[in-house]
Amino acid sequence: MEVFQQLINGLSLGSIYALIALGYTMVYGIIQLINFAHGDVLMVGAYVGWFSMTALHMNMFAALATAMAACAVLGVVIERVAYKPLRNSTRIAALITAIGVSLFLEYVMMYFVGANPKAYPDLTGFMAGSFTIHGVIIKNIQLVIIGISVLLMIILQLIVQRTRVGKAMRAVSQDADAARLMGINVDNTISVTFAIGSALAGAAGVMWGLYYVSINPLMGLMPGLKAFVAAVFGGIGLIPGALLGAYAVGFIETIAKGVGLSTYSDAVVFLVLILILIIKPAGLLGKNTKEKV
Amino acid sequence: MLEIKDLDVHYGGIHALKGISLQVDDGEIVTLIGANGAGKSTTLRTISGLKKPTAGSVLVDGRDITKMSAPNRVALGLSQVPEGRRIFTQMTVLENLELGSYRRKDGNRGKDLQEVFGRFPVLADRRKQLGGTLSGGEQQMLAMGRAMMAKPRILLLDEPSMGLAPLLVQEIFEIITEINKDGTTILLVEQNANKALQVAKRAYVMETGRIVISGDAAELMKTEDIKKAYLGG
Ligand SMILES: Nc1ncnc2c1ncn2[C@@H]1O[C@H](COP(=O)(O)OP(=O)(O)OP(=O)(O)O)[C@@H](O)[C@H]1O
Ligand SMILES: [Mg+2]
Repeated sequence: MEVFQQLINGLSLGSIYALIALGYTMVYGIIQLINFAHGDVLMVGAYVGWFSMTALHMNMFAALATAMAACAVLGVVIERVAYKPLRNSTRIAALITAIGVSLFLEYVMMYFVGANPKAYPDLTGFMAGSFTIHGVIIKNIQLVIIGISVLLMIILQLIVQRTRVGKAMRAVSQDADAARLMGINVDNTISVTFAIGSALAGAAGVMWGLYYVSINPLMGLMPGLKAFVAAVFGGIGLIPGALLGAYAVGFIETIAKGVGLSTYSDAVVFLVLILILIIKPAGLLGKNTKEKV
Repeated sequence: MLEIKDLDVHYGGIHALKGISLQVDDGEIVTLIGANGAGKSTTLRTISGLKKPTAGSVLVDGRDITKMSAPNRVALGLSQVPEGRRIFTQMTVLENLELGSYRRKDGNRGKDLQEVFGRFPVLADRRKQLGGTLSGGEQQMLAMGRAMMAKPRILLLDEPSMGLAPLLVQEIFEIITEINKDGTTILLVEQNANKALQVAKRAYVMETGRIVISGDAAELMKTEDIKKAYLGG
C-alpha cells in the first residue's frame, strides 16, 4: 500500500512540476532561452493567490484565475523589457539576464512582503477532506491539484495543436524566418508563449501554496530547478517530454522520501537526471540531433 | 510591379549587395542568375523583408515598403519560397499549407487547398504526413504550395530546382510557368541558368553584389559571355 501512497503523492507533486516545466520548455522551444526567472514567476503567482484569498476574500478558483492573469502579464513584461533587447546577443548574456530577473523578482517581493513566510488560508469544506482506500490516504486537495493540472494541460494541448496562435507558436519554434515568410508576427507569438507559460507557473504557485501552505519570496527556486530538470529529462523544447519528465521527477522524489531518503530526495532526482543524460543526451523523448545554429 | 532601387546590404563587414536596382513588371517571369555568393538570395531576402538594407528602397506598385516588416509584406501579396525550402518539418503537410494562408482573411481556404492539391497531387496523398518525412522533390512542392496558399501577387523563388533529379526539375519549371500563366508575377533565382532563361521573359545577371548584365532572356541565351559563364559552353 505504501507504493500506492507514494504514487498518489508523486502524482500531485508531478502535476505541479508539470505546469512549471511546460513554461520552461515552451520558452526554450521558441527562443532557446533557459528562463531562470520562471520559478520566481511561480512565486509571484503564489503571492497573488495568497493576497486574493486573504485580503480580497476570493474563493480558490477566482484566486487561481487572478494569479494566472497577473503572471501572464508579468511574463510578457519580463520578455519585452529584459529578453527581447537581447534576442540577437549571445546565449550567455541572455542567461545572465534571466538570473538577474530572477534575483530582481525575489528581492522586490521581499521588499514588499518581508522575508518571513506567509501562510495560505486553511482549506475548508470539501478541500480539507480526505478519504482512505485500502489504507491509502487520498486528500481531496490532491485530487483537485491533479484535476486542475490535467485540465490546464489539455487546454494547452488544444491551444498548441488546434488554434491559429498555437500553430504560429510551433512554426516560430521550428524556424522563425520561415514563420515570418508565412506572415507570422514573431514578436507577438513569443509574447503569447511567455503569457501562457507564465500563467501556468502562476497556477502552479497557487497550488503549491494550497498544498504546502507556507510561501516565501525564495520559494520559487527549488520547484523551478526541479521543473527545469524535468524539462531536460524529457527533452527540452518538447511538450510531451516536459510532462513525462515532470511526473518522473515527482515520482522519484516521493519514492526517495518513501524509502527513508527524505534528506537526499533532491540528490536522488539529480542523480537520476545525470544517469539519463549520460544514456540519452537529448533527454527521454529528445532526438540526439546536433543543435541547429 | 516590384521595383528595387540602389539597394545596399551588409552582413556585418561584408558588403553583399552594392547598389543593385531591378524591376519586375506585372505578369512577368524575371530571373536572377549568378555564381555562388553573388548575392541572389540576399536580394530576395531583402525584398521579402527578412534582411534590412543599409541603403536603397523596395517598392511594390510604387509604394515604398523598405521599412515594412516581413510578415506585413506577405499580407501585401509578396511571398517567398526560401532557399533550402524551409518547410516546417515537425508539422504535417496540411498544417504547412494552412500556415501558408495564415494572413488571409478573405476567400475560401478549402477551395485554395483543392487548387494546390490539383497542382501538386502528391501533396494530397501525403497530407497527414510530417513535412520532414517528404522527399526533396516533395518538400519543394510543399514549399511552393505553401507559398501559393497566401495567394501572392508576386512570388519570389530561390533555387527551386536545387538538388532535384532532371525529370523533377522539368516538372518544377512547368509548374512555375503554369503559376505565372494563372496570373502570378515571378522573380526566379536559379543556378540552372539554362532552364531559367527558357521560362523567363527577362533576366538579370549578378556578380559579387552587382548586376552586371540585364536584358531579354532569349537574347541573353545567345550571348557568348553568358553561354561561357553560365550555360556550360
Ligand atoms: N547570414 C550571413 N552572414 C554573413 N554573410 C552572409 C550571410 N548570408 C550571406 N552572406 C554573404 O553574402 C554574400 C551573398 O550571399 P547570398 O547567399 O546572397 O549569395 P547567393 O547568390 O544566393 O549564393 P548561392 O548561389 O550560393 O545561394 C556571400 O558573400 C555570403 O557569404
Ligand atoms: Mg542563394
